[in-house]
Amino acid sequence: MTLHAITVLGHDRPGIIAETTGRLAGLGLNLEDSTMTLLRGHFAMMLVCEGVVPDVDIEAALAPLTADGSLTVTVREVPAEAVAPASGTSWILSVHGGDRPGIVSAVVAVIAGVGGNITDLTTRLAGDLYLLVAEVDLPAGADVSALERDLVGVAGDLGIDVTLRAAETDEL
Amino acid sequence: MTTNPRVRDWTEAELDVPGELREVVRAPAAVLSAVGDVVDPTSPDVVRLAADLVATMRVSPGCVGLAAPQVGVGAKVFCVDVSEHPKTREHHGTFVLCNAEVVSGSRNEKAREGCMSVPDFTGDVKRPSRIVVRGQLPGTGEEVELEAEAFEARALQHEIDHCDGLLFLDRAAGAHAVYARKTYL
Repeated sequence: MTLHAITVLGHDRPGIIAETTGRLAGLGLNLEDSTMTLLRGHFAMMLVCEGVVPDVDIEAALAPLTADGSLTVTVREVPAEAVAPASGTSWILSVHGGDRPGIVSAVVAVIAGVGGNITDLTTRLAGDLYLLVAEVDLPAGADVSALERDLVGVAGDLGIDVTLRAAETDEL
Repeated sequence: MTTNPRVRDWTEAELDVPGELREVVRAPAAVLSAVGDVVDPTSPDVVRLAADLVATMRVSPGCVGLAAPQVGVGAKVFCVDVSEHPKTREHHGTFVLCNAEVVSGSRNEKAREGCMSVPDFTGDVKRPSRIVVRGQLPGTGEEVELEAEAFEARALQHEIDHCDGLLFLDRAAGAHAVYARKTYL
């Protein structure tokens, strides 16, 4: 199994995803996981696809996307990653407050300090309001009360609000 | 909210057939995406299916409901039992409904759902937290209407969706509202 990590970044317009995925399908590549969003209006897509095709051939197939200079494409072969079921617990971290430098680094340092792993993260700035929402895996046995205290402490220093709540799943 | 005493007092003993375990199918099985057939709740096949659904639910860890499409049968039959779940408020215990539909709903709430037929994902789904459901009991075929709230309401809607060929994935609250499952029951 050969995996390729591909990024497409740049000026947004209708049809980028259709053109990108059409060209990948034309090479016989199979899209596996992908994510796409707009970051301050810029198109940003990352995907992992599978297929025995050299990276240079993928770059060549996607070259028309970059021809007018509005998009940047990168292609890189990556190894398969084994994802073991986590033994810990899942949490949702929400942070919001007045924008200032260093909010993300200060908050996520607290998470990293207890061995927490962020598996999904979105930050947004609208006017003066800064927002961070993250999915966090905490290791089994983590002291969640102590972590919450530390987060509240950091948030207090920054003048922002922070909430950590369990990402419970209703099994139906 | 008032519970329906007829439904609350119902147990699988009324079916008078022993339930057998059936294998739970997983997406992308076609039966999970097909609208289930309307059934005759008095037919022996439906009574047996009802008993088998309850039996299979009972042996599945953490399972609070199971619909016929999840055992490979494209029919509008499901069972529910949320009585042991910590999020449950008022409830009707174990029951099976045939040809059920949601008559009305209010007070939308969002929660993250998991499903035995979609074992590798969970997803955020917004659903009414107070509903009225109408259906028929297997065996006698009596028409019943019941009010459900909170966790029982969510479980009922999840199972009725299965009978209509819908998975929680069809109701994902957004493009980033489906997650890789991290812990398995």
